[in-house]
Amino acid sequence: MANTHAISALNVTKTYGDFTALAGVSLQVASGECLALLGPNGAGKTTLTEILEGYRKRDGGEAEVLGVDPGKATGAWRAKIGIVLQNASDMADLTVEETIKQFARYYPNPADPEHVIAAVGLTEKSRSRNGKLSGGQRRRLDVALGIIGNPDVLFLDEPTTGFDPEARREFWVLIERLKSEGTTILLTTHYLDEAQYLADRVAVIARGRIVAQGSPDSIGHRSDAIVGWSEDGREMSFPTNEPTAFIAELGLRFDTEIPNLSVRRTSLEDAYLELIAQDRDLNAGEQG
Amino acid sequence: MNSTRIRTLQIRTITMGIGRVGIELKQFFRDRESAVFNFLLPMILLVIFGSVFSGQDLGGSGITFSQYFVAGMIASGILYTSFQNLAIAIPMEREDGTLKRLQGTPLPPAAFFVGKIGMVFVAYIAQVTILIAVGVLFFGTDIPTTTLAIFTFIWVSVLGLIAFTLLGIAYSVVPKQGRGAAALVTPVVLVLQFTSGVFFVFSDLPQWMQSFASLFPLKWLTQAMRSVFLPDSAAAMEVSGSWELGMTAIVLVIWIILGALLATYFFRWTPRGEN
Repeated sequence: MANTHAISALNVTKTYGDFTALAGVSLQVASGECLALLGPNGAGKTTLTEILEGYRKRDGGEAEVLGVDPGKATGAWRAKIGIVLQNASDMADLTVEETIKQFARYYPNPADPEHVIAAVGLTEKSRSRNGKLSGGQRRRLDVALGIIGNPDVLFLDEPTTGFDPEARREFWVLIERLKSEGTTILLTTHYLDEAQYLADRVAVIARGRIVAQGSPDSIGHRSDAIVGWSEDGREMSFPTNEPTAFIAELGLRFDTEIPNLSVRRTSLEDAYLELIAQDRDLNAGEQG
Repeated sequence: MNSTRIRTLQIRTITMGIGRVGIELKQFFRDRESAVFNFLLPMILLVIFGSVFSGQDLGGSGITFSQYFVAGMIASGILYTSFQNLAIAIPMEREDGTLKRLQGTPLPPAAFFVGKIGMVFVAYIAQVTILIAVGVLFFGTDIPTTTLAIFTFIWVSVLGLIAFTLLGIAYSVVPKQGRGAAALVTPVVLVLQFTSGVFFVFSDLPQWMQSFASLFPLKWLTQAMRSVFLPDSAAAMEVSGSWELGMTAIVLVIWIILGALLATYFFRWTPRGEN
């Protein structure tokens, strides 16, 4: 495999008993790129991420992160990887500062603990016990632990769950800064606005397969616009590439104004939901 | 790998492990359950049992049950600070993700265990100091003065701590969940204490119970601690009529080897079902 990719998976498979978690996933993340991995719960996001992080063994296929097979992780490799796991609640009895300083010692080229604490906005909380932090603050501590080692590759597994909108914005700014410094990022998220904002590329995973990948603006078979209106007391919507023509035609059905008319550009969320729905229909077809 | 690199890695492991001792101790003492259950409980038991039986003379030997009990409680302190502590704390750390997080860093895995061992030793030294002080102040315990007694105290403590630390690490796979781990660990601790001559005089126990207890390290630890804290004449009260220090060393070393094998084979960083 070529080393221009920081992360590379080729036909990776994984089953748990009868359940196929990954049915041959191929995915590349270029050095310095931010890729968002989207998909419903149980689609295989965490399994794939944890295989690439070196936590789980794959059953088949090839995987490389920074040129190393994550199944054979060494300390030197781990020093270049930053990991933000889902929903952590560990080390509740230590303070933020104690935790960050302790973890800084594990890495050969750590960032300055105080800078990192400031970067995630926890300076005022640095003497607080981790167990006393709010959900959003706790998550920022997890991010701080992910970046304390100055990683080349950063894995973010649902990093902003439980953030308020302002905290999420601040987090995005932090991630953008890491991106501008050349950090490769694999982001797993349920927030499509987050993927839209941060990712250079998105990949959608469903039932253990990558069903689509591309830039956040081009992924899926996206219509240009969605026209919305009310008719017979119901909310209606129609995706179309020709909204002007559609509205002209729609106008003929009403004597006066079209009630509650709206036209909006399709979002990543629309494209995502469409892809997942298509995949579900396909699955129903296969099984029926 | 050449030998210099291996040496560097070993040095890194040890220095990083020692660097974890402070953080481990903070967590040990700041967690109320852990501090009460592993650290304070032996002291509370010592005061209660020691006071209840303070006047009870053991078979005209001139020794009170309190003195006998102090030695047993010091031996139990090894069990509390190493085995009980780790067998409860590690499942919790496995469940809350501490272990998984550490596994994802360049921290050498062995350094984690060096940190745990360091914590166990420091906690034991603090605990045993208080236990001896309570014994001396209230229950007529004599501080050992002969070089031999002090030497025995040290090697018995060290071997006992290593054995029960390894067994605690191995046993940490038994509780499936962090919550409720105590329910699977404390009965083991209690059964060993009841059968090994802590709460009752060992030679008064039924023979089958003595044989059972002789298979495990605690019986040998209590007996060796009696050799340190009771007068030599008290050896006559032992089942064999002597302190059996040689046998104690052999049993402890066997359990250390067994504990190391079990810990290496069974220890896991993530809960069952992951991986």
